[in-house]
Amino acid sequence: MKARIAAAPYLLWAALFIIIPMGLVGWYAITDMDGNLTLDNFSASMRFAPVIGSSVWLAIIATGICLVIAYPLAYMISRKSGIGQRTLILLVMLPMWMNFLLRTYAWMTLLENNGVINRLLGMIGLGPYEMINTPGAVVLGMVYNYLPFMILPLYSVMTKIEPLLIEAATDLGCSPWETMKRVILPLSLPGIATGITMVFVPSVSTFVISVMLGGGSFMLIGDLIEMQFLGNAYNPHLGAALSLVLMAILLLCMVITDMFSNPEEKEGLLL
Amino acid sequence: MNNTNTLISLRGVTVEYDGVVVLDHLDLDIKDKEFVTLLGPSGCGKTTTLRIIGGFTEPSQGDVFFDGVKINDVPPYKRNVNTVFQRYALFPHLNVYENIEFGLKITKLPEEERKKRIKEMLAMVGLSGFELRRVNQLSGGQQQRVAIARALVNHPRLLLLDEPLGALDLKLRKEMQIELKRIQQQLGITFLYVTHDQEEALTMSDRIVIMKNGEIQQMGTPTDIYNEPINAFVADFIGESNIVDGVMIEDYLVEFGGRRLPCLDGGFGKNVKVDVVIRPEDWEICKPENGQFRGIVKSSVFKGVHYELMVQAPGEEEEWMVHTIENHPVGSEIGLILTPDDIHIMNKMSPEEEAELVSALEADSILEDGEESDEE
Repeated sequence: MKARIAAAPYLLWAALFIIIPMGLVGWYAITDMDGNLTLDNFSASMRFAPVIGSSVWLAIIATGICLVIAYPLAYMISRKSGIGQRTLILLVMLPMWMNFLLRTYAWMTLLENNGVINRLLGMIGLGPYEMINTPGAVVLGMVYNYLPFMILPLYSVMTKIEPLLIEAATDLGCSPWETMKRVILPLSLPGIATGITMVFVPSVSTFVISVMLGGGSFMLIGDLIEMQFLGNAYNPHLGAALSLVLMAILLLCMVITDMFSNPEEKEGLLL
Repeated sequence: MNNTNTLISLRGVTVEYDGVVVLDHLDLDIKDKEFVTLLGPSGCGKTTTLRIIGGFTEPSQGDVFFDGVKINDVPPYKRNVNTVFQRYALFPHLNVYENIEFGLKITKLPEEERKKRIKEMLAMVGLSGFELRRVNQLSGGQQQRVAIARALVNHPRLLLLDEPLGALDLKLRKEMQIELKRIQQQLGITFLYVTHDQEEALTMSDRIVIMKNGEIQQMGTPTDIYNEPINAFVADFIGESNIVDGVMIEDYLVEFGGRRLPCLDGGFGKNVKVDVVIRPEDWEICKPENGQFRGIVKSSVFKGVHYELMVQAPGEEEEWMVHTIENHPVGSEIGLILTPDDIHIMNKMSPEEEAELVSALEADSILEDGEESDEE
């Protein structure tokens, strides 16, 4: 009973700012401009299937790249001494102390047609290359911004793998590669699942990155939703329906990654 | 030593960490199918010796030979050696069967053969029917037996065991000691066992190697080491002992505790200071007037099989520890008799060595009371 009272402030908060707004989104999604019940908003959402598809695709690529970069790095960090681990984790988090918009702006000036990179390349007679306003630039922005969210859960799971287990595997005949495959990888699955979720979710719903680095030349689902509320295509009903579609995609993604993580070792999911 | 069937040889192996010498020019030979125990207080280098043979620690100097072949540069996973680790190190993501199967899968043994061997091994360690259990659902003793099975199922030439029974309670420990010895004889595998528990060493070993400060103090059969300890350190480490100052008057005659008694040792010279070691169970108790020594029982503690008496004569400094199956009440006067073969004469330790002995034994008794710890 006491515990319930202690939770009261949060429950009130959740009711006011989560449950009620969600209800409103749901209500908007199934009504039209005149307030009549309709499913048209969902069928209209389907017209944007290519946008949704490319959003998911870019997010998958970005998540994959993050995993490939983060996994060996997290493993390397987890095998360092205590001070080494703390220093390196601090370095991983350092960029996050800077404002997200600022960081993305910095990439704009780097990637522009007469930006820093193209000018440097020009000096040695290369380029200019079209880098900004490409899907590659958007993926780069996602990887750059969300990489720490992949490294941290992987690191937190790997640092719990005892060195003794690695010795035991070696003792039983595992080469370093086999030790990775048979011991470290299975034991770090919960971290992989958490990392994928934590990178995929913000990547698939981002709109700032695609606006700034994609230049609006192509649309992601986040941009599409934003346009329905703030842009000239003003249609909150369609926007609400699109938001629900996005939520369904994210839920699906989380269920899939959850299936891969060992049911008995869920600690990583809590980070 | 007969070299024809030597399995492992260490030659001048030295290990140094940041200038601290952990192993000092160690020479050790282990014969095929032998059960050898490395015994010593914590920090004596016994675990390091094990890790050298397992391939987890590289010697700063010296060579390691396996079957006559130098294996200094062979990584652990290519050595025909398996280890039972102190804290088991079972794989938490695998069940009992999969843990034991781990090494066999690496060597790509056919599935039929794997099944057969694992079944045999589970029966041997008394865990048939536990195949599908998760390892974190097992008790300490069961985990220990899985760890032993996981190592033995690979039929290594040499099994290294690093204080494998340290975490078990006394009863289980005794059972496992007998079990391990049986398994070793049944499979004909060479065992190299590390412990700081002298009783464990005496129970199981064909040969005991006593170590201190990275050096071997004495090697020999349990009986040899118990009966003929080479110095006071070994005497005190193996079993309990009365160690007192004495003077070797001449060959076969020693003076200690104010008496001159015949003994079996000679070759020390005349009037040389020595340590005299007397095992508490070697005293014979008699009427006070018939004893070589006589004294009052100061304390009596029941130890299960025997009583441990502390006996001191009024006005004398020495206090004797006496083990007897018959109790003598505190305050009663008794006589004590030694026959010449009960008196063991050792070269006197230098004061530094004596201080080391005291601190090593203290550290060890703390260790036995509390939790075990790693050596490095």
